[in-house]
Amino acid sequence: MDSTTAPLPDAWRVEVFRRPPVDDPEANHLLGAVKELGIEGLSSARVGHGYLLPPALSPEEAGRIATELLADPVLDEITLYAPRQEPKKNSSARRVLVAKKAGVMDPVAMTITRALERNDLGGDQREPYVSTFTAYELEGDASNNDIAEIARKILGNETIEDVLLDSESLPYGPPAEGPVHGRVEVPILEASDEALMKLSTDGCLSLNLIEMLEIKAHYKEAGREPSACELETIAQTWSEHCKHKTFAGIIEMDGERIDNLLKTTIKRATEELDKPWCISVFHDNAGIIEFDPESGWDLCFKVETHNHPSAIDPYGGAGTGIGGVIRDILGVGLGARPIANTDSFFVGPLDMPREDVPKGSMHPRRILRGIVAGVRDYGNRMGIPTVSGGVWVDPRYVGNPLVYAGTVGLIPRSCADKEVHPGDIIFVAGGRTGRDGIHGATFSSAELTEDSDVVSSAAVQIGDAITEKRVLDALLRARDLGLYRAVTDCGAGGFSSAVGEMGEKCGADVTLDSVPLKYAGLSPEEVWISEAQERMVFAVPPENLEACRAVFEAEGCETADIGTFTDTGRLILRWHEEVVADMSMSFLHDGTPRPTRKAEWNPPSIKDPGLERLSDAGDANDALVRCLAHPDVASKEWIVRQYDHEVQGTSVIKPFVGTRADGPSDAAVLRPLDSTDAGCAISCGANPRYGVLDPYRMALAVIDEALRNSVAVGGDPDHTAILDNFSWGNCDKPDRLGSLVLASKACYDAAMAYSTPFISGKDSLNNEYRVGDETISIPPTLLISALAKVQDVKRAMTMDLKQAGNSIYLVGNTSAELGGSVLFDVNGTAGGTVPAPDLALAPKLMRALASAIAGGRLRACHDLSEGGLAVAAAESAFSGDLGAELDLSSLSADFDDGYDRDATLLFSESCTRWIVEVAPSEEDSFRSCLEGLPVQHIGRVTESPKLVIRGAERATLLDISIDDLRAAHQSGFQG
Amino acid sequence: MTSPLAIVTRTAGTNCDAEAVRALELAGARVELIHIQQLLDDPQRLQEAGMCIFPGGFSYGDDIAAGRVLGLELRHGMYAELRRFIDADGLVLGICNGFQVLIESGILDPPVSESPKQGELKSAAGREIALHANASNRFECRWIELEAADTACVWLSDGQSIPCPAAHAEGRFVVQNDAVLTRLKDAKQIALRYVVPNAGDSFPANPNGSIDNIAGICDPSGRALGLMPHPERNILPWNHPQWTRLSPRSEGEGLSFFRQMVQAASPVSV
Repeated sequence: MDSTTAPLPDAWRVEVFRRPPVDDPEANHLLGAVKELGIEGLSSARVGHGYLLPPALSPEEAGRIATELLADPVLDEITLYAPRQEPKKNSSARRVLVAKKAGVMDPVAMTITRALERNDLGGDQREPYVSTFTAYELEGDASNNDIAEIARKILGNETIEDVLLDSESLPYGPPAEGPVHGRVEVPILEASDEALMKLSTDGCLSLNLIEMLEIKAHYKEAGREPSACELETIAQTWSEHCKHKTFAGIIEMDGERIDNLLKTTIKRATEELDKPWCISVFHDNAGIIEFDPESGWDLCFKVETHNHPSAIDPYGGAGTGIGGVIRDILGVGLGARPIANTDSFFVGPLDMPREDVPKGSMHPRRILRGIVAGVRDYGNRMGIPTVSGGVWVDPRYVGNPLVYAGTVGLIPRSCADKEVHPGDIIFVAGGRTGRDGIHGATFSSAELTEDSDVVSSAAVQIGDAITEKRVLDALLRARDLGLYRAVTDCGAGGFSSAVGEMGEKCGADVTLDSVPLKYAGLSPEEVWISEAQERMVFAVPPENLEACRAVFEAEGCETADIGTFTDTGRLILRWHEEVVADMSMSFLHDGTPRPTRKAEWNPPSIKDPGLERLSDAGDANDALVRCLAHPDVASKEWIVRQYDHEVQGTSVIKPFVGTRADGPSDAAVLRPLDSTDAGCAISCGANPRYGVLDPYRMALAVIDEALRNSVAVGGDPDHTAILDNFSWGNCDKPDRLGSLVLASKACYDAAMAYSTPFISGKDSLNNEYRVGDETISIPPTLLISALAKVQDVKRAMTMDLKQAGNSIYLVGNTSAELGGSVLFDVNGTAGGTVPAPDLALAPKLMRALASAIAGGRLRACHDLSEGGLAVAAAESAFSGDLGAELDLSSLSADFDDGYDRDATLLFSESCTRWIVEVAPSEEDSFRSCLEGLPVQHIGRVTESPKLVIRGAERATLLDISIDDLRAAHQSGFQG
Repeated sequence: MTSPLAIVTRTAGTNCDAEAVRALELAGARVELIHIQQLLDDPQRLQEAGMCIFPGGFSYGDDIAAGRVLGLELRHGMYAELRRFIDADGLVLGICNGFQVLIESGILDPPVSESPKQGELKSAAGREIALHANASNRFECRWIELEAADTACVWLSDGQSIPCPAAHAEGRFVVQNDAVLTRLKDAKQIALRYVVPNAGDSFPANPNGSIDNIAGICDPSGRALGLMPHPERNILPWNHPQWTRLSPRSEGEGLSFFRQMVQAASPVSV
């Protein structure tokens, strides 16, 4: 933090505060957050939005900008200071100013610049330089230390922002220019192993010694040293993030040699299943499946992780995570239209004592709030409904939270493929390139440490959703006009990855100095690998160049022609007429060494704890309430309502259903086309506690969960595709790699058993957090996302009970599977058997239940997952504002020793189970749909608003009002 | 008889244009979706239309304040033309961000005592109504119920009720002072209110803390309307959050809102 006396900015300063007594919700929230931090003594706060405008403006011009553009006449008051004028001190208030560091993306400033130009408010300047800041005025008797802590922990993030305490010396102007250079040679031919590794570490290349030696050998053969641009290109292309070296590598485990884990498990299942409705799998930016053959529309789906950036800047990291996956959908085939977003987060406990948060990490509550705000602000601005997701909590995510973001798109069949032709122009559209996001690909491939926030600030990207929306609008228009032959997004690695991939089979010649820059002073390497957001690369036939440019410019979207795709098989980079890189595409893409990694798995040795009888009346009530309030189960309404899940007007089954819209849906259903009543269901499954105990069973269980969620709302199990997203610890360690192998094998086994192909996936390894000598690894975390066709949305199903008197059935078998369960977690019990589906029975059950739903036999259907039967029954009851009376006495229950019959029936998390509601008139046809399968009548829907469950010998196990159940579900997880 | 033409405008950040177009088409309008720049360049295009719609979204990112920048562009670029369009029986509708834009533009201002001449550009500094940050300080996406009563709006009928989603962060209608509210009421500008079932805490039925549960207002002529919630997202039988509990439906309640608007619109003569 800066409190020195630097000069005051040479700019007009406008500060806009709410005019008392206008209510200031932003300030109220700030006071709440300060209390939560345990700091007393702050009596009031004001939040002001500040702007620095060019000093050349006349006082009248500056005043007019302030009143016409920057302030609201009803709500705000304005103070305006001339350049270098000292702001007046307001009585006893302490001022904290937070401003973006020079060069960090500032979308508001960009909008203001445009508005000044378009409305003739900016005087006679072209691109007047504007910057923004936030001013906080804090009143009360908080100590200096307290104010400093508030500034650091609530108001600003010093990774990307300057935080000024009682100082008015705001920075103004573009970042200082670095030393400009052309081609720089990096001497490695004579370097020792130590020198090579130092080069890799100091340069943030994340290349290991084997890889550095391979590069050295390659250049020895070429008889010259590599240039800096070449070395950076290799580092980006060979990064774990881009190359997936672990999954594609060679692994030895228990005497078995696995050559490419991805090809031998996940991709193999897709190949063997060979579904005709799989249109494009694994090779593009997203997987594509058929949707409506009549109109020619297909669906595509991609889920990405954005873990490391979200750890150091939750807001920017999560926002650019969603922005990135949307660009994947824009960049699949010739481009798809996004129709839904999904988001899943894995964070530390929100009530973690502050002293337990490891050094260098933010508190989980701050991380989650930042992540939610980032997804909200980006996703909502893009006009894409966020319809599905989840939040999981475990202490091991404290230093390394996980952020998964997914996007579903609609794409015409004719746009599924792309092909670059030599001679096509390399055309870029969207945001300008700056120094933001340098080394993101290599950074995300390394482990996080307590210093990560300091050393990797350059790796953080800040998104600008409106620039991406402009790209989206223009891209779809250009696509429909057939103006380009290929497109991909600039993701990790920036141009180096995008142009490198597109030109892999032919070659590319790039003029780096043609790239539009945010500010001067970037080196050619920086331009080439910057991960500045919101950029897409196109292959445009020269004859279409002008038309293509016109389409983008009509949407206010900047473009540039930065080179040509060639037929030379070489990648050539030029910088002001000097060649700064000249390398072979084949070495770049196929030259990665493939070392053999060792893997092993030793199951944790924990004695099976068993499950005791719930002895007293009230015990089961209490256990159920605690399960409903468990963070993995409790309502995420405060998050979900911040996302626009209705935009585009296609929602059929929403995230919340029931009479009071508080019932958690198993999955979302959309009807994306006007021409057909077919829809799509989007669901997910994950369970890190299962993963710690048994990664193989975990993977089976979460695939089953994603699929049974989808079936529950009406998804067609014969037209369902799944995506895998692995987030794992450091897989150079044999046990982490062993659990990855087991989970991957389970993916193959499950995909084959359910006849459900994987169409896309992504892995994020090295999710570990190091403080000093201690390392925390995340639990093995596999997120499975499912996308299913719903043949007729009129048959889509919700989970809320509908009508007193209807029957309730339990579909599926229950075993004593409580390892990793919510009940064990709330009881602090370790060990036990992790649930896993019966792979012979489960696919039959899913198809039989799906046919009952498609035939209109059910009134409600809810999947049993975390918290088992008790939690599912409770959720269905309170969301329908109805009661239920269940009798488990006649259920067959043959459990392992040590497992009480009734408690196990209530809380076991066995897979492939649902409770369903059936009207009397439909009972016979419902039963015949599930003929020969495990389905049992367990009770009725009641008018009386309580959940009553009887166990063996019809003794009352549980008797609780739905208001209490609802309250537990609502209160358990507040952010 | 040819159906009236609706111009739906869009710009960077507009994102409810597709559902607005669909609702208008289902309601019987011909629809032209055009970039706001084309309209600013040639405001005469309005003369061919009977309706002009500003859909929801985040125009220019809602940077500075929701609707501020586009509202400023309308105020500077085509206020007089929009006013003339309304005076010539054209209908204007702003939904969500479109409402925020219309408020910023001055089109929905209440009548003032020493009234400037119709069509005269007023400075933004004279504005007396605003859409403030939600009382919850959060973006809220939830279904609410709208009710029309005692309104000048030419296509709403008294007592008409429309369930539909609201999804915004800055939708709390506020006024400069009580006298402004009285003028709005006297001019029958308060077109739509949130239906708040119980006395006492009006949240979440009133999702943003608007004064007097105001969800939408019209201009004194009743031919320009702005509202925060989204009737265009309750068009299909399956849009309602409880459709699986309700008896079979043929359409969403939002469709009649648009049908009435299209019926009230007549092709504007040059």
